[in-house]
Amino acid sequence: MSSVPVISLKNVVKVYPLPAGDVVALKGISLDIMEGEFVAIMGPSGSGKSTLLNQIGSLDVPTSGDLFIAGKNIREMNDDELTDMRRDTIGYIFQKFNLIPLLTLYENVEYPLILKYGKRDTTGRPIELLKMVGLEGSMIEHKPTEISGGQQQRVAIARALVNDPKILLCDEPTGNLDTKTSKQIMDILTDLNRQGRTVIMVTHNPETATYAHRTIVIRDGRIAS
Amino acid sequence: MTKSVIFDISVRNVRRHFLRSILAAIGIVIGVIAITSLGIMGANLTLSVTETLSANSDTIKVSPGGGPSGGDGGPGGMGGGSSSDEDEYIDEDQLKDIEQAASPNTVIPVYSESDTISVGDLEGRATIYGLDDTDITTLITVTNGTYLKSTSTALVGPTLAERYDLKIGSRIEIGDEDSDEGTSTVRVAGIIEERGMTYDISTDNAIVVSERWFTSFYGNEGEYNEVIVKLNDINDVDEVEEAIDDQLNRKEDEVTISDASRMLDSITSSLSTIISMMMGIGAISLVVASVSIFNVMMMSVTERIREIGILRSIGTRRSVVRRMFLYEAFILGVIGAVIGGIMSMIIGYTVVLVMVGTTDYFFTLDSLIYVPYGIAVGIAVCVLSGVYPAWKAADLDPIQALTAE
Repeated sequence: MSSVPVISLKNVVKVYPLPAGDVVALKGISLDIMEGEFVAIMGPSGSGKSTLLNQIGSLDVPTSGDLFIAGKNIREMNDDELTDMRRDTIGYIFQKFNLIPLLTLYENVEYPLILKYGKRDTTGRPIELLKMVGLEGSMIEHKPTEISGGQQQRVAIARALVNDPKILLCDEPTGNLDTKTSKQIMDILTDLNRQGRTVIMVTHNPETATYAHRTIVIRDGRIAS
Repeated sequence: MTKSVIFDISVRNVRRHFLRSILAAIGIVIGVIAITSLGIMGANLTLSVTETLSANSDTIKVSPGGGPSGGDGGPGGMGGGSSSDEDEYIDEDQLKDIEQAASPNTVIPVYSESDTISVGDLEGRATIYGLDDTDITTLITVTNGTYLKSTSTALVGPTLAERYDLKIGSRIEIGDEDSDEGTSTVRVAGIIEERGMTYDISTDNAIVVSERWFTSFYGNEGEYNEVIVKLNDINDVDEVEEAIDDQLNRKEDEVTISDASRMLDSITSSLSTIISMMMGIGAISLVVASVSIFNVMMMSVTERIREIGILRSIGTRRSVVRRMFLYEAFILGVIGAVIGGIMSMIIGYTVVLVMVGTTDYFFTLDSLIYVPYGIAVGIAVCVLSGVYPAWKAADLDPIQALTAE
């Protein structure tokens, strides 16, 4: 763990303008996450934790305040720059796995690499990563719908890692998995964190949160603890 | 390349909804067939007319009078002759001038008259041409029988011969019994070869007699109804026309000079207007096809909102998503347009065979150019129909798209 913040929020406010009146989802959040940290974000439904994750994941930009990711202020970025940030710096792991149904498992892992370099992979990195999460052989030519949830989440982890991102963002990574599979996935994430990757995880499950070094609780758009 | 993977995704999506894609492409198939086979038919029609008329491009016609229509025909005027006005003719002096100006090309003065004829019990009208014996051999080919043997013999056109059942030796009575001239009988010496659409004189449905018979019967010697100039070299058309114009029309317009090219121009231009109009109607089926492509593309976008969300969230740029959907429309367009292009060659061939009567010009560039042209239009229509759906897909908010079911 180092003392350089890889993510830094300064008084971040997010307002969703709705016809019935503005909804303030984040009411001024300031937070530093250091490189190599394993952070769990918890909070009840509607507390704003998903909104917070979307900001950190560069899927959305704050209404006011500053949000630095790897030294860059995402509020000043245009859509293409935000997209490239998601591709190169952030690895996303979703509750619903979110693999692309038209692509094979191998192609799903290869896809972000192609987006980044503009050509098919020749380094063998997707195969390496799939092997690391426990998938190999003819298995990787299957389509996502042909395998179990746990296996899909392993593929999703491999995909998240393929462009060697500084940050792994996990949105309820074990929410759709049974206890045994959950543990296996959490073990993989813990390993990745030990290797120096920053892991930020949103979860409902206090047990899952115990894997983290630090737990941030969001309540009503503010950091409660 | 990114392109190849994105293209691959598009191909797979088209395959995933195979039936739906094929149904959408059928619209394009029909549209392309409609415009392409109509275009092919038009080209073949134009080519065949042009070919027929080009055979006449060595001909210049000099008609009496300043205006193209000559004098007034009068009510119920006899339309058969080249000039229905009795007062309008080309005289010997003018003929000399024409000969001088057109030298060394062949100049053929023509007498013509539309008159009543009767063969046995059958009565009718025909155009009667009076020509010099040598000019007859220049202009006319006889298929059956001989050229004129004496003053009272005549040559008849094949259509006329068929209608009146004329044979060599048959007698034709020319003229109206009640008129000043009375009647006179000629004997058929030969049947003229079919000439079809010609610019000089139309002999298929006419009687050709000697100059001497014509002037002695109608009594207007030296008053020619038209003068035909046959060129030795078709490239001299403008030069010769100008020379005649200089010679005769200096003070006032004495004669009208015309050639087949003007007729050709007006025929081809009206043909192309008709064909474009028909292609326009054919294009309506492409509009219908584009609506169905648009519909399929919108369905594809709606069904795949979540997938678009995933693609965007893991770092796919808007432009790439847009391209992915445009590729999909392009693939549908290519499938539909290529099938349509191939089928339009088959259907076009049939249509040309039936409507034009000859497929001589089918395998020419002017005709088959409509196949790639039709294919290109089909693909363009498809891609254009995909623009809005693609733009809509690319413009989705990734967060909202991800939460969609």
